[in-house]
Amino acid sequence: MSGRRDDPPAVAAWILSRALPESERDAFLGDLEESFRMDILPHRGPAAARRWYWAQALRAPLFLRGSGHSPRTPLTAHGDGHMLNTINDLRFALRLLARNPGFTSLALLTLALGIGATTAIFSAVYPIIMQPLPYPHADRVHMIYEREKKDGQTSYLGYSTFADLARDSKSFASMAAMGQGNVTLTGGDQPVQLETQRVSPAYFDVLGVHAAIGRTFRAEDDVQNTPRVVILSDGLWRSRFGADTSVVGKTITLSDVPFIVIGVMPRGFENVLAPGAQGWTPLRYLVTDPWGCRDCRHLRVVGRLKDGVTDAAAAREMDVIFGRIVHDYPDKYSSIGLVMPTVQADVSHAARPVLFALLGAVALVLLIACANVTNLLLARAALRQGELSVRAALGAARGRVIRQLVTESLLLAALGGGAGVLVAIGGVRALVALSPAGLPRTAAIHVNTPVLLFALALVAVVGIGFGLVPALHATRADLHNGVKQGMRRVGGASRITRASLVVSEVALAIVLLVGSGLLLRSMARVFAINPGFEPAHVLTMQVNAGGARLANDTAVRAYYDRVLAAVRSVPGVEAAALTNQLPMSGDYDGQGVHIEAHPAANPADDPSPFRYSVSPGYFETMRIPLIRGRLINEHDRADSPLIALVNESFAKKYWPGADPIGQRVSMMDPVKGPWLEVVGVVADVQQLSLSSDKHDGIYAPETQWQYADRGMSLVVRTKGNPAALADATRGAVWSVEKDQPIERVATAAQLVSQSEAQRRFALVLFEVFAAAAFVLAVAGIYGVLAGTVTERLREIGVRAALGASRGDILAMIVRQGLGLTAVGAGIGIVAALGLSRLLTSLLFGVSALDPATYIAVTAVLGVVALGACLVPALRAARVDPIATLRAE
Amino acid sequence: MPATPPVPSDVIRGTLELLVLKTLTLEPMHGWGISQRIQQVSSGFLEVNQGSLYPALQRLEMKGWIGSDWRTTENNRRAKYYRLTAQGWRALGVETENWRRYVSVVDVILAKA
Repeated sequence: MSGRRDDPPAVAAWILSRALPESERDAFLGDLEESFRMDILPHRGPAAARRWYWAQALRAPLFLRGSGHSPRTPLTAHGDGHMLNTINDLRFALRLLARNPGFTSLALLTLALGIGATTAIFSAVYPIIMQPLPYPHADRVHMIYEREKKDGQTSYLGYSTFADLARDSKSFASMAAMGQGNVTLTGGDQPVQLETQRVSPAYFDVLGVHAAIGRTFRAEDDVQNTPRVVILSDGLWRSRFGADTSVVGKTITLSDVPFIVIGVMPRGFENVLAPGAQGWTPLRYLVTDPWGCRDCRHLRVVGRLKDGVTDAAAAREMDVIFGRIVHDYPDKYSSIGLVMPTVQADVSHAARPVLFALLGAVALVLLIACANVTNLLLARAALRQGELSVRAALGAARGRVIRQLVTESLLLAALGGGAGVLVAIGGVRALVALSPAGLPRTAAIHVNTPVLLFALALVAVVGIGFGLVPALHATRADLHNGVKQGMRRVGGASRITRASLVVSEVALAIVLLVGSGLLLRSMARVFAINPGFEPAHVLTMQVNAGGARLANDTAVRAYYDRVLAAVRSVPGVEAAALTNQLPMSGDYDGQGVHIEAHPAANPADDPSPFRYSVSPGYFETMRIPLIRGRLINEHDRADSPLIALVNESFAKKYWPGADPIGQRVSMMDPVKGPWLEVVGVVADVQQLSLSSDKHDGIYAPETQWQYADRGMSLVVRTKGNPAALADATRGAVWSVEKDQPIERVATAAQLVSQSEAQRRFALVLFEVFAAAAFVLAVAGIYGVLAGTVTERLREIGVRAALGASRGDILAMIVRQGLGLTAVGAGIGIVAALGLSRLLTSLLFGVSALDPATYIAVTAVLGVVALGACLVPALRAARVDPIATLRAE
Repeated sequence: MPATPPVPSDVIRGTLELLVLKTLTLEPMHGWGISQRIQQVSSGFLEVNQGSLYPALQRLEMKGWIGSDWRTTENNRRAKYYRLTAQGWRALGVETENWRRYVSVVDVILAKA
């Protein structure tokens, strides 16, 4: 851009000379320079002249035929022409968009939201359901569960069962059992509680991953009474060990026990089977261990199939092996076989219905968005009829005009898609923040290449889809056969198309509204359920008892007593108690219970209720009502007679018509006992979630259980806001033992709410989508009616002149709008009746065909649609017949 | 957009070639001269974009409707001068007829539709 201000810009001239064919260069540059000096410069001044020169320079090459052709040489290749056509079309389309900022911003906003929301949902669907897990040949990695006879549910495996399967199976290259671990890492400023995974040595071989530093487990690491070893996650290694590579080989202290660090996993290692695990230790079970028994079903098992072994062949082999095991130990199994889903299917299993429902919902929103933009384009195409006629008259082939129009819609879709990707990036953040704890692979949810490709495909489909409709309509005009008739027909056809678009929008909106209405009612039903205790004013936290100072059960129990005493003395605390499993916290401890009155033929078939070990005062603190008998009190000590309480469901199911008080049950041996006497019946508590139908529960005094739990949940009933007492309560616990970690501090109300997090997640997104659909559909109704009124102004004027009252005209327009709404609603209801069945797994206490929801949704839409009709109808009613006719 | 003189308007795409042909019936001209002439004849109402004119000239030349040779301008510059060929004369007749018909059709639309 250097040079004198009176010279043409040198850079522009240079660009131009590059772009022009050599034979033409001098002539054009010369003419341009002459214009510049003789005409533009003297009239407009240097700055404007230079701008002019730039504009000319940048414009000319776009119009030029490809370089290298001399004049009069016929062009043989079509490529250049097509390319130039496309560039021309794009330039023209850009100008048009810039010229109609209102239309453009409305269309872009609609598209950005539609494409953005769809892309955001897809970015969750892709890693969870479609993308192979980040392990080599992930499709060969299978989970192995037992399938229960009773309810068809699956259960984990006992170690002995795992050992048999791993030894006998020829289908699996490797197999590993996994348990959870929880350790306290000391040696830093503060003790931290770590979630770990205890795994048999083949675990990392099954997944096919290697350590980044050091090594993974070998068989000798799994031998009891050898030095303990641990593998660190990348996150833990960085946060607690400063990413120091020399940590491998060093000894660290976990729960007062020394462990040698043998490896660090790579940063990219995604442990889908225990995403929160920060370290791995060997399982170190023996089949002879009390916890290694066949009905100690607490280990998850995962295996990698050998190359070339099909799923079916593996299933056949494993069935044979398992059948033999059950045959050998009939009283240990109530299972009827094995289930072996791939890990991918297993981890995505729970999220699948939610994700598919959301993907469906967002696709409907996108469809509505497209319908709206198509409507906008149709309305604009009507206004552009003049331009299109000129093109046709000048000899543009129909195909050529369609191409121009589709280029425009593709450009619109591309710009909308570009903005949509930004929406998606924001949407993904919101999605991950909102996501329930059970959603797998949340770390892998982001806008990456496959997601962008998906967005690109959406843009192409959407751009061609909504561009073609108006293009076909607009180009149907046949100028040679009577201009006027042609125009009328175009208008009529486009009106029908627009009406049907509105009908489909309303129908799609109804489907979404019904879906979110059903979810909303389910949510209301769920939260109307009595959790069985009073969550208000209850603070909960998990206290732990570990380390050398609390080495035996007596010390642990004494510690718990002191903790309770300390907490009860905190001002504002009304009551406090301990339980081994806390309702709605994710705790799940089932225990086989044998009933003396009716022993089962196979003890493995006996009931397996939730087992609660609680301190005295637990029921009072939680306000769980006593139905019969008495509660646990301070006199139920380890050396006093063994007692138990059951809940109502358990009592009704196992002693129907009989008095449960005085009955005897055993949680150990079905024949020898020891026997516990039932002394009371309490109300049911929702242990897993509000909507869970699993209720059976049994309570025993903590002091009478065979061992002291090292982690107990503290429940505290407070006078005021429970969250406000969290610090004071924690301080009270630490006043007893300052090195014991405290976890999971939450109010009971939070736990109740979180237990339905997945339902809430689906509901919130559905509501957002339904609201968007609703707004778009109503806008569609309004747009079409407003357009109709404008087109029909003259006719309305004539009607008014011929004596139609304002009321008549108002009614006419409203009738038209409500007619469209009614047709759309009818179609929508039929579609919703079919589609809402897909939501069944997300519903609770509400039928997918719930009439109240359908009626309410239709009524709301009808009322709002009426409002949308009234505005243009009132305008029509105000039409002055004299003015209209005079204008004619 | 407001299109009243003296604010010049762009030549409608597609009509530029017709205007160029007509202009060249007077005498051979170079590019700048053609745009000057169109501007003058239209009393400044039409402004010919050089960037559009040049490709139009190229198209016309390719169709064989105009020819060109190098001459020296009054500013003593070597420039390409364009002249109408026999084909170009015939084309001008046909295109003018097409234009008149087109304008009348547009008029009908504007009047009645």
